Formats: sequence, structure tokens, C-alpha cells
Amino acid sequence: MQHDNLVEIEDVAFDYGARPVLKGINLTAKRGQVIAIMGSSGCGKTTLLRLIGGQIKPRQGTVRVAGESLGELNQAGLYRLRRKMGMLFQFGALFTDMTVFDNVAFQLREHSDLPEDAIRDMVLMKLHAVGLRGAAHLMPAELSGGMARRVALARAIALDPQLVMYDEPFAGLDPISLGITGNLIRRLTDTLGLTSILVTHDVHESLKIVDYVYFVSEGVIVAEGTADDIRASDLPYVHQFVHGEAEGPVTFHYPAAPYVEDLRLGRQSA
Amino acid sequence: MLKESIARLGNRTLQGVGRIGFAVRFFVAIMLHSGTAFRRFGLTIREMYFSGVQSLVIILVSGLFVGMVLGLQGYETLQTYGSEDALGILVAMSLVRELGPVVAALLFASRAGSAITAEIGLMKATEQLSAMEMMAVDPIARVVAPRFWAGVISMPLLAALFSAMGIFGGYLVGVQLIGVDEGSFWSQMQSAVDFEQDILNGVIKSVVFGIAITTIALFEGYDAPPTAEGVSGATTRTVVTSSLTVLALDFVLTAFMFRGLS
Repeated sequence: MQHDNLVEIEDVAFDYGARPVLKGINLTAKRGQVIAIMGSSGCGKTTLLRLIGGQIKPRQGTVRVAGESLGELNQAGLYRLRRKMGMLFQFGALFTDMTVFDNVAFQLREHSDLPEDAIRDMVLMKLHAVGLRGAAHLMPAELSGGMARRVALARAIALDPQLVMYDEPFAGLDPISLGITGNLIRRLTDTLGLTSILVTHDVHESLKIVDYVYFVSEGVIVAEGTADDIRASDLPYVHQFVHGEAEGPVTFHYPAAPYVEDLRLGRQSA
Repeated sequence: MLKESIARLGNRTLQGVGRIGFAVRFFVAIMLHSGTAFRRFGLTIREMYFSGVQSLVIILVSGLFVGMVLGLQGYETLQTYGSEDALGILVAMSLVRELGPVVAALLFASRAGSAITAEIGLMKATEQLSAMEMMAVDPIARVVAPRFWAGVISMPLLAALFSAMGIFGGYLVGVQLIGVDEGSFWSQMQSAVDFEQDILNGVIKSVVFGIAITTIALFEGYDAPPTAEGVSGATTRTVVTSSLTVLALDFVLTAFMFRGLS
């Protein structure tokens, strides 16, 4: 039975030590969709991806991927499920001691007994899809940031996963690479029938390509909707975020004692 | 004041004990996930090249010089008693029993141990280990265990080469330079050095040192905070901790092995 929702997160809470990061998150990702999770830095977006990947376990609530509840799986089950997932890390996380080719071939060699000829064809196809077939022989240190991320994307889709997660795919890219990466995510999702979840704070680039957006702030979902809903939203938080305003519910200052008090103004100096 | 410092002491002790606990669990995890390191022995051989073969220069050169110094110092002392013919025994015994395993282990800790910690620490800091986990590949099996077994296999081989080079150095200085009789140098050595008592015990020592050094190096790398200071601190700790561990273990092993030998 094919579930319509590939990822279902129900009432999930998570703490780092005593600091609560997520407090009761509900989120679903339908098959074939590109979902964006947005929010300011440090709001728990990446934590959410790690929960979906099963790298950390929630304090409460359930995370289900492809109908399986991650909390009930042992390590073997988790590893089996992860073969259906690909993850693009923020800076690519390529293996620095291997060439681009070997990086993309890594999972095929680890998880299959395919002959080297077949692996070669499959790797070159994935590299072609991200436009880097000509860079197969390079080492990761020889790549630009945008290229490294595209190689990592080719590696993430090497086993034809059902779900691909992207951690800040747009951070630190030049405008050209930005557009290329965005289009690539949309195109791969549509042609390979994937489900994509991206975590980002790049509103404009991601609103161009996503189907549905969740806004996370202080551990809860504060807004959700399609790209058009979000653009039209008059919720103060979303408005501030989309228009990049300094004033709004999110303040520029880290919580501190009153300024006057901290500078010891109005006090007689000795 | 006093209360605070007692609390600090207690806290530090608890942390230390906790870390030892983690290290032991880590060691058990390596043992349980060693299958890949043997099934795909190529992975282990690759690491033996990095930690073993690339340590050869420092091991061989140091061995040669340690042996040459032993030849000089040994001759000085032995000739006072008119027994310079026993130089071969002195050089071989001290190398095979003690200096070979111990000095080679100290060099291995600083040359290969620090490199292992830095590599694993940086792989963790750049999320390569997380990426591997997300690709359903266990980093303990794929990255850690091959390095462990490579170290454990390399260590006795390096110690043996160290001793061989040392004996050659002692021969160069004692026989070729000073002029000790070549026949008695080799024949006394051959008759005095016992395979089981001396050579085998030396090999056991270096296997134990190899286990200790690689476990510490891998654990420090795996446990390093994913920052620049974290990795550099872990590298330093690897060299300090594993050197001290080697010396302490050497005392314990020597006490068991050579107790009551005449």
C-alpha cells in the first residue's frame, strides 16, 4: 500500500539538554512535493531534518517515513529505511579522500554487488543530471562551493531515494549557482518522482520552487501554506521574514538586561 | 571556597570516569562491528599503508640511532668488567624486551595516532560521518574498525623492524667501529636470546600497545568537539594519553612477564 504522505510528523518535541528546541510540531510531506521548512537561524530547522533522518529521537511524538515509525525501528531497520532517503548536508560533506566519482559511487559500492561497469554508467548518469560529468576525476578540494553541493546532490540521489532532504541548499551560493540549484531541486523532484524537504532561510529562491511551506519559530509551526499563501500572508512573523524587515516579532537583540542598566548610566561614578 | 573546590574535583572525577566508560563502550562497538574490516580486508590494508608504511622512516631511523647509542654506552660499561663480548646480548635484550616495543609505540602514537585522531575529528566536524550514517553505512564498521585493526597489525611489525634496525646499529658501532669480536657478538646474542621469553613477550607487548594507542586515537577523534580547537585539543590528548598509557602498561606487563627471571 502506497501512503499518500511520505513523511508524517505528529506532535514532536525535542530538547537539547534542558533547552527545548521543538515543542509540538506537526508536519506532513506528500509524495512528489517540494516542502520548505523556513525559520530564522537556530530555530530548530536542522534538528527537524535530523529527526526525519532518525539521527536523533524525539522526546515525544512520532516521526513516520514511508509508513514506518522511526521510534520503533532498531538500527538495522533504520539503515534499511535510510536507503530510501538522501540527504544533502549544508556544505556537501563530501568524503575528502575520494574523487567526485568515488563519492557518488560510494553507496552503490557499499549497498550493491553491481559490477564496476554498471556502477560507472550509473554514476556518470547522476553526475550528468547535475551537470558535472566532466568533473568526475576531480577531488572535492578542487571544487567550488556550488559544485561541491551539486556533487553531494548527485551522491544523495545515487540510490534513487524516495525522499531527499536538503540542509540550507542555498547558503553561501552566488546568484547563478543559486538559480541552478533551485531549478535542479525542482527538476529532479519532478523527473525522479521524489519528495523533497528543504530547510532554508532563503525565502525568495525557495518560494519559486516549493509546493508548501512551514514556518518554524521558537519550536512551533507559526504559519504554513502554499507559496502564494505565504506571499500574501499578513501574519506579522511571516511578513517580517518574507520582506526581511528589522522590526517585528523577531527582535535584533539577544535577550539582555536593559541597555541603560548595562552601561551603568545614571549612576554616580566613584 | 573549600566546598566549591571539592565539588569541582568531584565533577571532574565523574567526567573522567564517564569518558572511560564511553571509551570502553566504543571499544566494544569496534569489536562488534569488525566484520567489514576483515571481509573487505582491502580497507584495512589501505589504512595499514597510512599508519604503518608511512611510519617506517621515523621507526627505522630512530631504531638505528637507538641501537648505535646502545652499542656505545653498552661497550663503555661492559669493558669495565672485561665482558665486552657480551655486547650483542645487551643490545639485543634491551631492544627486543623493552626499547623496541616501547619506543616504537611512542613514535607510533605521535606519528600515526595523532594523524588518526585529526582525520576522524575532521571527518566528524565536516559532517562526513553523519553523511555516512545517513547513507546507511555504519561509520564504526566502515571507518573506525579498519583503522583499529590496521594499527593493531602494524604495531608489532614496526616494533620488530625497530629492534632489527637497532641490533644492526649496535653491530655497526660495536663491531665495525669499536672492534668487538664479530663472532662472539652474534653467537652470544643467539644463545642468550630466548624465543619465547624474550621475542614473544616483546611481540605481546607491542600488540597490547597497538590496541591501546589506536583505541585512544580513534576514541579521541570520534569524541572530539567538531571545532578547530576541539580537534587540536583531541590530537594533543591522543599523544599525551597514549604515551602515558604505553609506559604504564609496559610496567605492568614487564612485572608479569619477567618476574623472577634470573
